[in-house]
This record gives sequence, structure tokens and C-alpha cells, in this order.
Amino acid sequence: MDGAARQRALSASLLQRAGLWREADARTRRLSSGRSDDAADATHLADDYRLLAHDLARARTLLPDSRTREYLEAAYARAHATLHRGAWHIGSELLTLFRDEIPAVVRSLRPYIIWSTTIFALAALAGYALVHRYPELIALFASPDLIATVERGKLWTEGLLNIVPSSVLSVQILSRNISVSLFAYCAGFLFGLGTLYILGLNGLMLGAVFAFVSRHGLGGPLASFIVAHGCVELSVLCLSGAAGAAVGEALVRPTHAGRIESFRIAALRSGKLLIACVALLVGCGLIEGYVSPNPGVALWARLGVGVGYWLFMLALLSGRLFGRRAARLR
Amino acid sequence: MSAPLRDLTVDSVTGIDVSLPVAGPGARAYAFLLDWHIRLIVALAWFVVGALLYNGRPSLAPPLSNDARWFGTVVAPALAIYFLYHCVLELAMRGSTPGKRMAGVRLVARDGGSPSAGALLTRNVFRLVDSLPLCYGVGLISVVLTRDHLRIGDMAAGTLLVFERAEARLPGSAAAAPGAGHLDAAGAEIVAELLERWSTLTPEARQRLARQVLERYGGGEPAASGGDPDAAWRAELERLASSR
Repeated sequence: MDGAARQRALSASLLQRAGLWREADARTRRLSSGRSDDAADATHLADDYRLLAHDLARARTLLPDSRTREYLEAAYARAHATLHRGAWHIGSELLTLFRDEIPAVVRSLRPYIIWSTTIFALAALAGYALVHRYPELIALFASPDLIATVERGKLWTEGLLNIVPSSVLSVQILSRNISVSLFAYCAGFLFGLGTLYILGLNGLMLGAVFAFVSRHGLGGPLASFIVAHGCVELSVLCLSGAAGAAVGEALVRPTHAGRIESFRIAALRSGKLLIACVALLVGCGLIEGYVSPNPGVALWARLGVGVGYWLFMLALLSGRLFGRRAARLR
Repeated sequence: MSAPLRDLTVDSVTGIDVSLPVAGPGARAYAFLLDWHIRLIVALAWFVVGALLYNGRPSLAPPLSNDARWFGTVVAPALAIYFLYHCVLELAMRGSTPGKRMAGVRLVARDGGSPSAGALLTRNVFRLVDSLPLCYGVGLISVVLTRDHLRIGDMAAGTLLVFERAEARLPGSAAAAPGAGHLDAAGAEIVAELLERWSTLTPEARQRLARQVLERYGGGEPAASGGDPDAAWRAELERLASSR
């Protein structure tokens, strides 16, 4: 038998298996879409995967530029994805994310969270001490309008709801906060220095403004305004900074083969924390729009909202909100 | 001439790599534009219908006083449709969206499988960074410059966009299986494809293509008779395909 005839015979024998490929692909599609809970389909999958791999290898040699090969490449890729990831259920995917993956990220970032919180707190103390000692330095941290308002004995937050409705205010605030949070994270890509800058600057501003309003006897009202949303908002800023710092360290001290690969792995891991941060900031925006500027809400209620939401954040980040402890005991 | 597609190659226990063609900036931009139009149209439709129902007359004007009901029923849902479109649909459609489907692309993880919910959400959170300073400038530059055409969100989430081969179909198996005659496997595919598309072609195109195929693979022209010439050409092709 000459080479061409042999090639034709091999191709013929390969193409006669088309029926098997169709059946294998149909089973894979059923399993991957979750439409099948047939045990026979599942047990067939491993055999189908081997069959498709075997025939694809032959098709790559015998029919490199054919639709048959294209079909086998697609069917094989689908079988591979189905075998290695299983069926897709949004509910269980999201549950896994919030119950297992995000808490694992938080645990791995614990040193960074402690450091970023410390930096923020120290910067706030420094800002407070600076403006308390040298009040004229407030001009470095606050706008002239804000300074003038406070010097008139008023907070800039008073009457906020007369200017903007709560709903619009919430959307404005949450989008601004999400941007700041993402910026704090991305700033970490500058070898962690950007995160240091963002946390330091925000801490300095917070301390400085508090010192300034306290000198004018408005420290209490400002704390009362901030307490409902600020506990979580400031914590989220520190969390984003911590996630960014982890990526920055991966660039400074790569843990994998290359700096880029190290960066990619760190970003992939710590980026998940940002999902929780964004979700928490949506809540902060709503509180800051509806509760904080509302003079009708008593201080004890604000405290309750602030502490309650902060505990909710802890439960979310530890996975307990989604029954992590119960899952471990089982 | 366009550059050849880069493939994402994934190792497999079988020893045969899984190969997925990576989508380039063109396919990505096409999918994005389709999605952008869809979400814009749906969000606008919601706003218009909501405003008409709210006002109770043909007017889209917002109320003069601050009204939470206007914001909650008209503005917020429209904004949610526009801004959460990718996030929700990628989760619901397993890394795809209507625009991506139409463009024939889908999202995969680096191991070739479907991205996790965490990866999909991370990718969408980073949309804010990619969209800076305007018109997805950062994302576009990143897509053009990186080897796998990744935007920042894809890098952070460990995802990439590949061409969907779902439409790859087998040629008719009986026709495609080559016999020991003139037809090789490639020829069998061509004949099978021509027969599949027969009804969509004009009579002139059918006869021209059939003549070319028959000349190339050694088939003869149909004998002249008073019958339907189309049917005669088709019969000749079928005879060639089944020749053994």
C-alpha cells in the first residue's frame, strides 16, 4: 500500500468514528450545562475525554486543516473544561467565593491588614497632633470653603439633604468611595509605595480635620456624622490598601519564577478581597446618604448602625455570615 | 495579511494539549461594542417606559421636587442595568454575554476551564481601572501591548478571551468518510460542505462549484439529459462522495 493510500485509509477509519464524537460531545454539553444528573453520563465522561484526545491527536496529523479537526478541538476543550471544573451553579460558586475564598484571602493578608491599619492610624494621629499644635496648617488638608464653614461654627454636612436627595447622595458617595478603594489597591502596584501614600494622606487628612473642627467645638457633631458609615468605610480603605501592598510586595520580592508571574498570582489572590470591599462600600454609601446626614437619627441609633455594620463586615470577611464554622464542623 | 492567532495551550493528563485560539483586540472590541449597544438600549428603554408610567403622560421630565420613587423606580434600575450588565450576565452565562456570543468569543480561566465567580467579579471590579481615563483607554492599551491581549481586569482575575468553537460542525459523516477512490479526507469535506450548502446557493454557483470539485477529484460531468441539471450535478457529487 503506498503512502497516499495508507493516509486515505487512516483518515477513513478516523472519520468513521464521527458518531462516537457526537455522542461524547452531547454528553459533555449535558453535563457542563447541569442538564444531566445521569450517573452513566458522568462515568462516561472520562472515557469520552480519552477518546476525543486520541482521535484529536490523529486528526492533527492526518487532517490538520479540516473541519473535523476544528470540531474535535472544540469537543476536546469542552470535555477538558467539564472534567476539570464540573457543572456551573451560580449559587454554589458565589457561596464558595464568600464562604471560603475571601476569608482565605483575608487570613493570608492579615499581616498586611495590620500594617496598613497601623499606618493609617499613625497618620491620623500625626495629622491631629500637627493641626492641634499648628492650626494654620489645616490649609494644607482642607478647602477654603470647608475652613470658612467651620470657622462660622457650622459643619459642611449640615443641611446636606436640602441640597441633594439621599438617593442621589448615596450613589455619588458609593461611586466615589469605590474609586478611592480601587485607587488604593492599584496604587500598591507601584511597588507598594502608592498604597503607603494613599493611606498616609487619608489618615493625615482625617486627623487634621478632626483636630480643626474640635478647636471650634464641632468634634462631637462630626463624630456623630461619621460613626454610622465611617467604621466600615475606613476599614475598607485599610483592607484595599493591604491588598494593594501585597501585590506591591510581590513585585519587590517575587515569590515565583518571574516578577510578572508573581504579580499576576498576588493580584489574582488579593483582588478577590476587592469584591467584598465594593459590596461593603455600597452599604456605606446607602448609610451615608440616608442615615448620616439625617438630623432626625439619634446618636445611639447611629452608633448601633455603625457597630452593627462593622460586625457584619467581620462576619462577611471571616465567612461566618455564610456558615463557614458550620461547614468546618461537618 | 492578518497575524496568525495565538493559542492558549493547556496541558492535559492525556498528553494531548488543549488548544484554544486567543481573541485579539478586534474581536474584543466587537464584542464590547455589541454589549454596549445592548445595555444602552435596554437601560434607555427602561428609563423611557419608567418615566412615561411615572408621569402618566408622554413626558420624560423628572419631578421638580426630590422624589425617592422617581429615583428608585426609574433612574436606579436604568443605572443598574447599564453598570451591572457585564457583572450579572457573565455570572449567569458562565463567562459569556450576548455580545460575546454574537462575536463568537468567551471567557476562560488560564487552565482552559470556566472562570470562577470570584474571577468574574474581580474582572468586573477592575473595569473601573480599565475604563480610565476615558473610552477604556487603559484597557485598550493593555490589550494591544500584552501577548495574550489582556486588559488589567483579566490580569488580576486570571482570565482571557478565546474564540468559541461551538459552531465548528462535522461534515456529514457518511459523505465525509473517504473511500479508497479519488477522494481524500480534505476532498470529502469539501464535497460534504458543498452538498450541505447546496440549497443556499444560486443554480449558477452550484454548477460552477460542482464542476470545479469534480474536475479536481476526477469525477465526470453529468450526462446531458432532458432532466433537471441541478439534480444531475448533485447526483454526480453524491456519487463521488460515496465512491469506494
